Amino acid sequence: MDVKFINAFLEGTVNVLKTMAFVEPKPGKPYIKKDCVASGDISGIIGLTGSVKGSLALSFSEACILRIVSNMLGEEITTMNHDINDAVGEITNMVSGVARKILESGGLNITAAIPTVVAGKNHSILHVMGGPSIIIPFSIDAGPFVVDICLTEQ
Amino acid sequence: MGKDMKILVVDDFTTMRKVVRNLLKQGGYENVVEAEDGVAALKVIKSQKIDFIISDWNMPNMTGIELLKAVRADAEISATPFLMVTAEALQDNVIAAVKAGVSNYIVKPFTAEVLSEKITKITEKMG
Repeated sequence: MDVKFINAFLEGTVNVLKTMAFVEPKPGKPYIKKDCVASGDISGIIGLTGSVKGSLALSFSEACILRIVSNMLGEEITTMNHDINDAVGEITNMVSGVARKILESGGLNITAAIPTVVAGKNHSILHVMGGPSIIIPFSIDAGPFVVDICLTEQ
Repeated sequence: MGKDMKILVVDDFTTMRKVVRNLLKQGGYENVVEAEDGVAALKVIKSQKIDFIISDWNMPNMTGIELLKAVRADAEISATPFLMVTAEALQDNVIAAVKAGVSNYIVKPFTAEVLSEKITKITEKMG
């Protein structure tokens, strides 16, 4: 996968979480994932079409997403609830929006579908294209999360 | 219009309504009411005096642009300032919103400062 995609989704993720949740996610070294088991407890997945075909997923550990949503709402959230599901969908949507805007400046025209959210221990992330995906690991003080990208340029 | 103006926040996601409410609170705007889509928003607007509308673009039942057109077409409420929230600044969408009479638009994600700036600019322009 071209590094421009990794950079766009990395920048999108940092921008969204810094702006909306006042956290500074620290990125780790990207790696290839061959199975579909999510590394987090809750994941948002969004399909991408146009200049690329594939999907983007954000998968959060419970402690991490509770901190992020608490910051976003300005109130302490201690249990996984409907607000968390909503927020994961919205965060996924915003990350995709920022990344697509960055890629648009490089001449790529990408459309996003409506995000879906899956929760539970060891849930699966089923990418549109199947096959291996690129994982960008991140961490905030409260815990880890990953950005999981599987796409091909058309 | 000051910080005590009544602001209607329209978004189908409860969480995003809470997020916008939280950002407004940080900017000193605490007189906030909510609606989950354009249809519910119109009911609110007709039943109480709303000074400012902040609406998401993508919503079921009645989208943000449809709500904007409905507001602008009703003489009683047509002058209400309308800030559109979008996930991306697609040129076609922006042109459509401007043609429909949007006061301004804001692209997610945004900070409390940017939101307050947009509101101030719109209300100052209105005099």
